[in-house]
Amino acid sequence: MFDSLSSKLQNVFRNLRGLGRISESNVADSLRDVRMALLDADVNFKVARDFVERVKAKAIGQQVIQSIQPGQQIIKLIHDELVELLGAENAGLDLAGASVSLMMVGLHGSGKTTSSGKLARLLQKQGRAPLLVAADVYRPAAMDQLETLGKQLDLPVFVKRGETDVVRIGREALAFAEANQRNVLIFDTAGRLQIDEPLVQELVRLREVVQPREILLVLDAATGQEAVNVATHFDQALHITGAILTKLDGDARGGAALSFKSVVGKPIKFMGVGEKLEDFEPFHPERMAQRILGMGDVVSLVEKAAETVDAEEAKRLEEKMRKGQFTLEDFLAQLRQMRSMGPLENLVGMLPGGGDMLKNADLSKSEKEFRRMEGLICAMTPLERRNPQIMNARRRLRIATGSGVKVSELNNLLQRFGQMQQMMKKMGKFQKMLGRMGGAPPPGLFRR
Amino acid sequence: MGLFQKLKAGLQKTHSKLVHEIKRIVTGSPRLTGTTLAELEAALIGADLGFAMTTQIVAAVKHAYETQGGAGPDVFAIAEAEVARSLAANEPALKRAANGVTVVSVVGVNGTGKTTTCAKLAHLIQDRGETAVLAACDTFRAAAIEQLQLWGERLGVPVVAGAYHADPAAVAHDAITAAHSRGAQFLFVDTAGRLHTKSNLMKELQKVHRVMGKKLPGAPHEVLLVLDATTGMNAINQAREFHKAVTLTGLVVTKLDGTSKAGMVVAIQKELGLPIKFIGVGEQPDDLQPFDAGQFATALFSEKG
Repeated sequence: MFDSLSSKLQNVFRNLRGLGRISESNVADSLRDVRMALLDADVNFKVARDFVERVKAKAIGQQVIQSIQPGQQIIKLIHDELVELLGAENAGLDLAGASVSLMMVGLHGSGKTTSSGKLARLLQKQGRAPLLVAADVYRPAAMDQLETLGKQLDLPVFVKRGETDVVRIGREALAFAEANQRNVLIFDTAGRLQIDEPLVQELVRLREVVQPREILLVLDAATGQEAVNVATHFDQALHITGAILTKLDGDARGGAALSFKSVVGKPIKFMGVGEKLEDFEPFHPERMAQRILGMGDVVSLVEKAAETVDAEEAKRLEEKMRKGQFTLEDFLAQLRQMRSMGPLENLVGMLPGGGDMLKNADLSKSEKEFRRMEGLICAMTPLERRNPQIMNARRRLRIATGSGVKVSELNNLLQRFGQMQQMMKKMGKFQKMLGRMGGAPPPGLFRR
Repeated sequence: MGLFQKLKAGLQKTHSKLVHEIKRIVTGSPRLTGTTLAELEAALIGADLGFAMTTQIVAAVKHAYETQGGAGPDVFAIAEAEVARSLAANEPALKRAANGVTVVSVVGVNGTGKTTTCAKLAHLIQDRGETAVLAACDTFRAAAIEQLQLWGERLGVPVVAGAYHADPAAVAHDAITAAHSRGAQFLFVDTAGRLHTKSNLMKELQKVHRVMGKKLPGAPHEVLLVLDATTGMNAINQAREFHKAVTLTGLVVTKLDGTSKAGMVVAIQKELGLPIKFIGVGEQPDDLQPFDAGQFATALFSEKG
């Protein structure tokens, strides 16, 4: 996500970091590169221009030129500006009250129906009783699609086949919700162009009937310069309350996200990160900015880990690592935990500099390798896992045959495991040393 | 690069600049002002041409404008011609198999309008008095099969479909058989939307194509990538990755009835040389038009300021 922009900006920063002092022309050069990177990332050209102007005004000042590490300062400036551009903090949904309605609007194919399903799942998990309302009367089989999603989620869907009047659907859905004790209605409307006046007016009429608390614009992350037009038009007609950014699992550079908030002034509330219904997350501007700058989304990674990893277990492992008592058994447990966190490409993308790595590495290959390692370790006896040194030639041959690989591959694994253990021991010592010096870990860029 | 070469290259630049300047004075051409250039740049970037492409076109336009004489066309007219020229080498018609059914595979990321495009293509073929068959190979997205089937009913085109979560390659295989037995001239294969970054899904697409090629040598004869006109620079990545995986033969740009200009196809054309075959301009079956480079370039610069 945002990989390309990150790597471009990282290049800029690499240059900046190398500089001891920053002159005015240096700043101008780098900022031109930043502007280019933003434009290539589909940030609206006016937004990009303002952004660069703002940073420039701040950069060419006393504080930067006289500071000890001007490069770091500029990075901080750009980061802060990006955070501001994306919206200062995560904004949740306003769901106060007994029964509320949400309206999903947007262009064709931006992901309204899928996002409706994802949102319903999320609200259900939060203890609400959502009702999906099929209000797309134009696209063939759109109602079927929502109904299928409802079935997958085990949630009711209000469908009125053959009805072409959206307003009537709205009215009846409200009555249905009241009769069936559903307290959040999600209206999945048809995709429409922002300039299609009759269709936009239809949404205005629906809004008047259902009085939605939230009107969410569903926006494809790959949207180009047009994002600004789309957002402004929908906002003028409907007063949208926020946006959902979709298809962020691709390599779209995400300029749409950067433009949206600064032009419309409404927060991005959620993001879609995959085709499955659970691939839906709250949008965190702070994290996104860090991610764009190639600082990695460490917070998300930790949260993701917390969801799947048993905290006790993790603590025990960490302790073992520090003491250099990390065995193949622990390694196996770790491999499995990692795999339960999802595909590798998603994880690596969250690490600092991971975007860069991802570009060169064929992760499906490493994923396969992980599976092989798992197979190899599974073929060992518990005793062997705890004491790798007892594995003699006969044992090795048995393990290799048992897991269907050549002995050389097993040797390779054991050798790498040995190296890993060495490294962990060193790291443990290093941490202890730091602790004695009374210093916190080095001021990481990923924690502002 | 040695010192001498460097010097020579440097001089070359000065030399051509000088020649350009002399030519400008001799022909009495106006010099391009900063504001006009900025306006042109804004128009190009605003139309999603991307920074690199914009720089190239602006340079070419500048050169042409400053050497054309005082009474020449204005900057935007030159830019328009420049864009039209770069898109001109096109063959918008669908390829045909030497004999038997022509298989057209329609691919793209999620939500670009593949299913609608398939239906429109089938309608186009029917209008010409030929017969088409549709294959519903999106077995993943909820109600994707129903969507194509409804189109089939509306247009009177037979639709070959399997069950959800069935192997799309198997559906494609059956569809070729069905198209054969019906004596249809065209088979349009509606594949599932997939992000170009998902290697497993791209492999699935390769398999669909492989199976079709085995069943009918030469198939698919056309592989059309459907691009959403509102997409920005990511469209280039999409085209590049899909081309790498399944060798595209052309592009279809959809949703051009809005205000987006789809300028990214200029960069795609430049990099991959893929012709734009059709453009989608609405939700009705006949809202699919053959691509016209001149019209496209004109639209690119219309109502911009």
